[in-house]
Amino acid sequence: MLKQKIQDVFNEPACGKNQAKGEKQRKKGCAKPLTPGAAAGGCAFDGAKIALQPITDAAHLVHGPIACEGNGWDNRHAASSGPRLYRMGLTTDMSEMDVIYGGEKKLYKAIKEAIDRFDPPAVFVYQTCVPAMIGDDVIKVCDIATKRLGKPVIPVNAPGFAGSKNLGNKLGGETLLDYVIGTEEPKVTTPYDINIIGEYNLAGELWQVMPLFEKLGIRVLGRITGDARYHEVTVAHRAKVNMMVCSQAMINVARKMEERWGIPFFEGSFYGVSDTSDALRKIARLLVEQGAPEDILDRTESLIAAEEARVWRRLEVYKPRLKDKKVLLYTGGHKSWSVVSALQEVGMKVIGTSVRKATENDKQRVKEIGGEDVHQFEAIPPREMYRMLKESEADIMLSGGRTQFVALKAKMPWLDINQERHYAYAGYEGIVAMVHELDKALNNPIWEQVRAPAPWDGEAR
Amino acid sequence: MAEIVTSHKACSVNPLKMSAPLGGAMAFMGLDGCMPMLHGSQGCTAFALVLLVRHFREAIPFQTTAMNEVTTILGGLDNIEQAILNVASRARPKVIGICSTGLVETRGEDVTGDLKLVRQRHPELDNVALVYASTPDFAGGFQDGWGKAVTAMVETLAEPSNVRDRRLVNILAGSHLTPADLEEIRELVEAFGLHPVILPDLSGSLDGHVPETYVGTTFGGTTLEDIAVMGRAAVTLAIGEHMRPAALALEARTGVPFHLFERLTGLGAVDDFVSCLMEVSGTEVPARIRRQRSQLVDAMLDGHFHFGGRKVALAAEPDLLFALSSWLGEMGAEIVTAIAPQTSPILPKLPVGEVVIGDLGDLEDRAAGCDLLVTHSHGRQASDRLGIPLMRVGFPMFDRLGAAHRLSVGYRGTRDLIFEAANLFIAHTHEHGPDDWPLPQEGEAHAAVTAH
Repeated sequence: MLKQKIQDVFNEPACGKNQAKGEKQRKKGCAKPLTPGAAAGGCAFDGAKIALQPITDAAHLVHGPIACEGNGWDNRHAASSGPRLYRMGLTTDMSEMDVIYGGEKKLYKAIKEAIDRFDPPAVFVYQTCVPAMIGDDVIKVCDIATKRLGKPVIPVNAPGFAGSKNLGNKLGGETLLDYVIGTEEPKVTTPYDINIIGEYNLAGELWQVMPLFEKLGIRVLGRITGDARYHEVTVAHRAKVNMMVCSQAMINVARKMEERWGIPFFEGSFYGVSDTSDALRKIARLLVEQGAPEDILDRTESLIAAEEARVWRRLEVYKPRLKDKKVLLYTGGHKSWSVVSALQEVGMKVIGTSVRKATENDKQRVKEIGGEDVHQFEAIPPREMYRMLKESEADIMLSGGRTQFVALKAKMPWLDINQERHYAYAGYEGIVAMVHELDKALNNPIWEQVRAPAPWDGEAR
Repeated sequence: MAEIVTSHKACSVNPLKMSAPLGGAMAFMGLDGCMPMLHGSQGCTAFALVLLVRHFREAIPFQTTAMNEVTTILGGLDNIEQAILNVASRARPKVIGICSTGLVETRGEDVTGDLKLVRQRHPELDNVALVYASTPDFAGGFQDGWGKAVTAMVETLAEPSNVRDRRLVNILAGSHLTPADLEEIRELVEAFGLHPVILPDLSGSLDGHVPETYVGTTFGGTTLEDIAVMGRAAVTLAIGEHMRPAALALEARTGVPFHLFERLTGLGAVDDFVSCLMEVSGTEVPARIRRQRSQLVDAMLDGHFHFGGRKVALAAEPDLLFALSSWLGEMGAEIVTAIAPQTSPILPKLPVGEVVIGDLGDLEDRAAGCDLLVTHSHGRQASDRLGIPLMRVGFPMFDRLGAAHRLSVGYRGTRDLIFEAANLFIAHTHEHGPDDWPLPQEGEAHAAVTAH
């Protein structure tokens, strides 16, 4: 079952990377084999949970020994405008006895306890490695629980050993397709209903773009899954347009929703000024194609014009402070280029960007925007990254938490632009916020002091 | 003697517990030039790594054998072999510390046998020490994994010796000790003219220093040379009940006798430790330590007003729970509930009626009406919901800075702890109003003439 599912998501026809592959390669799947002793990143369970946990009013129950939930609960900043249940760490905490005798009964009891205690609209049950190995049938237990307890109890079959975090994102998406989306009907629909897929409201980023939609009269019917409520995801199949954020993570959801319910989708981003404008334009155009009145096109253009002008005006003050500062971007996917133009607009020089996880299309965009000056890196080993910073090839690094201390230990400014960040960088507001954070980081007075050697030492830095 | 009660829930709510492999790997981080590694799926390492980074705010060297679906079925020998070779060539560690996980233990991997094979096949690894601890996720918790890893270090790396160095003292450090705690212990021991070898020594590796070059392994910590001379020590001082198996193993291997200190927080507890150092060294207590003791006595005098009758709910790893509840009890506070994530021989000694083996959900259910919650950072949700201040202790502490530098042992550590808790009590003092002291209603006059 799981094997089929994995084969199925690997066979994603809408995936740009996949299209470029031959038949044989495609069969092999897109998961690069992990190198033991040189691997980094989360497992499939991690990815599935990242994709589904932002459904804020649901209970998220992890079936496994303590490591899977005990070491990792409440660790992201997917924000909620209301319910807090999603932040509770729920797990069967399997003991040795459960491993020997099987954990299905305990799992059923745990589901019942969670429903009795929290009365959630639904329970997501996450399979992990150990119960998968001993043959606990999570799908069967969830099925029985749904029938007996009268609430949707949804199995998320993505044990860690199945593969990477990215695969887990997709398996999380499959879960929504199999068990959630299309199971209820909305009370009302409008010609302006859209879904946003693959956006998790990290640090509240969704709230930076929601006012734009509201201004245009666009209704986000299903947030998949940032700041979502369970019932809104169940009716998402009635939206007119799907916007897929975050590149490849949930492409299977968008594509299959098109297949099943004829909802057109496009891939877009809220990172960067032109990306945000493009996304709004595409939504408006697709809505019109789906039958919405045409005036939304003009309204969208005037909103874009006003907001873009406002952004550039607000960025003006940073220009003298950031001019000619050299940036190393170490991220991946569409972020490898989507913030480049904003950085250039304030006069910064992007000396390099990493194109790991990026598609050919992404790489082309880097070239278009940055020209030949922007060096395209694959993975940079930490030792090399440290040298680049230490020798001031860049003045600041923008990356994820994993490489934070490479920059800081080299006594160089660093800005978090990955999932764990505490600041919101989406939309027009977000780009101003990001430039503000860059300014704060680069122009903090500590740098001079921390780099200076102790009075009794030589010229350390 | 406290009764141990197990919460019989099937659904753990807001785990207090963390996994044994995480504890084991963190212990390995106290060795110099080490690469800790979990033998499991890459997620096992990733979750633990994120938690460690959030707590210490440091680069954490930490690898995985990256087991996948196929190797989970066929066996992990190839993965562990490749992982060791890759780590050895890329990070050039002096020691690789390996912990098993639920995944490989469920399969029943013979890791010890696999490691023997790897050794035979790869003489180029002769200069890399390999230490292995079996730490299934489904048995015990964080401090148990730490204990197993330290026992494995002793059994693999310590050597018996005919020489005795009367000035050399081994310190077996439990998982509840921060880098600052270890520095305090080192200073205390050195004040008596003794030379301590601390195993494992997070104060060397995770104390937040800035090296001048990039290092891919741990940088600082107990060296292999340090461990090799532990067999010559006059005595081993083990801190925390979960260090007993390691102390016994070290004694069995080297003949070095040990004293076990169940805690180093609280006046009497530190007095015992200092008396022991006096005896081992044959030296009087130095003036500055007497002064520190006097400062603690003064802090107890100033602080006791704020502790008397205060209701406190605690949840922590067993040895930390024991240290803190004993100290709070000694200050006059009332321990309303004490929760441990898993059992331990120390728990019956807690100064409470019962200890619950449970989670932060149990803490929240039992803590209503308390004046203070004492647990790790995950207690923040319960603290918000109950409106009770939270004193963050132990691991993980991800929503405050300076976790590595929090001191809670020795005279100075106990003194600071008194101030911290008392200040929380003071900050949340109820200001009285005109309606606070009503006369009894009719018919109530004779009721409730009890102490409150």
